[in-house]
Amino acid sequence: MPVNDAVLSDPSASPDHRPLDPPGAPPAADALKVVPVRRTGQWTAAAVVLLLAMDVNSLVRNDAFQWGVVGEYFTTTAVLRGLGLTLWLTVLVTALGFVLGTLLAVLRMSSNKVLRSVSWGYIWLFRSMPVLVQLLFWFNIGALYPQLGIGIPFGPELLTVKTVNLLGPVTIAIIGLTLHEAAYAAEVVRGGLLSVEKGQLEAAQALGLGAWRRLRRIVLPQAMRAIVPPAGNMLIGTLKGTSIVSVIAVQDLLYSVQLVYHRTYQVIPLLLVATIWYVVVTSVLGVGQHYVERHYARGTAGAR
Amino acid sequence: MSTATTPAPPAGTRPMVEVRAVHKSFGALEVLRGIDLQVRTGEVAVVLGPSGSGKSTLLRTINHLEKVDSGRISVDGALVGYRRSGDKLYELREREILKQRTHIGFVFQNFNLFPHLTVLDNITEAPLAALRRPRKDVLATARALLDRVGLADKADAYPRQLSGGQQQRVAIARALALEPKLLLFDEPTSALDPELVGEVLAVIKDLARQGTTMIVVTHEIGFAREVADTVVFMDGGRIVEQGPPGQVLDHPRHERTKSFLSKVL
Repeated sequence: MPVNDAVLSDPSASPDHRPLDPPGAPPAADALKVVPVRRTGQWTAAAVVLLLAMDVNSLVRNDAFQWGVVGEYFTTTAVLRGLGLTLWLTVLVTALGFVLGTLLAVLRMSSNKVLRSVSWGYIWLFRSMPVLVQLLFWFNIGALYPQLGIGIPFGPELLTVKTVNLLGPVTIAIIGLTLHEAAYAAEVVRGGLLSVEKGQLEAAQALGLGAWRRLRRIVLPQAMRAIVPPAGNMLIGTLKGTSIVSVIAVQDLLYSVQLVYHRTYQVIPLLLVATIWYVVVTSVLGVGQHYVERHYARGTAGAR
Repeated sequence: MSTATTPAPPAGTRPMVEVRAVHKSFGALEVLRGIDLQVRTGEVAVVLGPSGSGKSTLLRTINHLEKVDSGRISVDGALVGYRRSGDKLYELREREILKQRTHIGFVFQNFNLFPHLTVLDNITEAPLAALRRPRKDVLATARALLDRVGLADKADAYPRQLSGGQQQRVAIARALALEPKLLLFDEPTSALDPELVGEVLAVIKDLARQGTTMIVVTHEIGFAREVADTVVFMDGGRIVEQGPPGQVLDHPRHERTKSFLSKVL
């Protein structure tokens, strides 16, 4: 633009003066070469990684890790059975936790003051209590209520069972972890619901869509974009968090390898067995999350 | 308000919308200070006025997106949002309000299309949910509406793949899918690039020609002159003056109307 040239250049310069050329430079070609910024950080990082690789090398070659033992136990029935329990417990707790959590989030945002307070109180209580304490509490509930019964209120009992028989360790694990998970899931879902533009809800109301349909068809699918990444985080956290049930003797992945090393004293290789399985499952979940995210990103720029 | 006791007035004079003494405050701010307005069946009313004059709020009270503090609004003879018993108004349950809204189409400034649904799903969502019509009929109607707004080839696109003008035309088709008795437009072209305004106004003009009853809040004076039967000028939560466009736009009686028009023309 001649106007810009006039502004940038010395007013005494000739009309064909090029203000971008430094004085004394040879007449440059029109295509000037671009030199990118030097990536010194990348080289430093590479050096650090090289040092770490040497550590990994020592880990792999150190006989004390007993990789042979790792291989020996990696696919034994006991370990696989423990892995199976860890997996279905994770899936069940996450699913139940998010169903309950979604309900809590909707209550928390409802116009009903009583329900709002109930939801707030639940989230406050179960986020404050360590999950380990909660599991131990449920485990000892038999001391508080030795018997549970169904009957007419203030009248005769029709059916009575011993609490200990009704609530086995696995049931306690499901209840305790779900109640804990739901409190966190509620906040994740609430964050997602808040991320949906107010106009979306108004448009749905203006079209006469009912509350349930608005939630299911309009708000939740859009909230999922904000819900999925932290939910993926929680799923992976729950996968590893289920190992806490080993304290109440539920035979999950960790408890299964503990049973072996209490017998054989091969503590490190058996912990490696559990660790590698956790890594494998976490990696698979990560891939799954990518596809779920892509599904809920449909209709947005950059993801078709 | 009952039309059964009085002989039905001739078509074109029956009031579609009646607003009586409507007041509305947000906290200490009174945004509507006693609004009276009548829109006849088949009439196009264009509401003009500076920002903050209460025109959008008025529009939103007509389909009960905003509740009124006092006064009453009826559409096609039915009170909006309330049931009258004696000298009291009882607020309706949400289900009944939602049913009333299916008779009142609303087009938003920011389109508010559902971004995760295709254009066709945007249009069919409400008829499938609210009217419980067979899917085949709803789809056929939706495609016909898309054709009418000139977007027959965009049925499977997602809203964000469309230009602003195209999105607003889809939003109009979505509002029409419920076959409303009344269409409300809240600044339908204010969020658009200037070169896209014309295509949206063309669709609204087409609806006006076919006798759709409409209330349009806008800043497009040229559009008001061409399409409006009545121009309503609002300022400070009141209707300052109203009348045919030739009168209000060319020979405004009120000082505030004159000064507003001199700024926007």
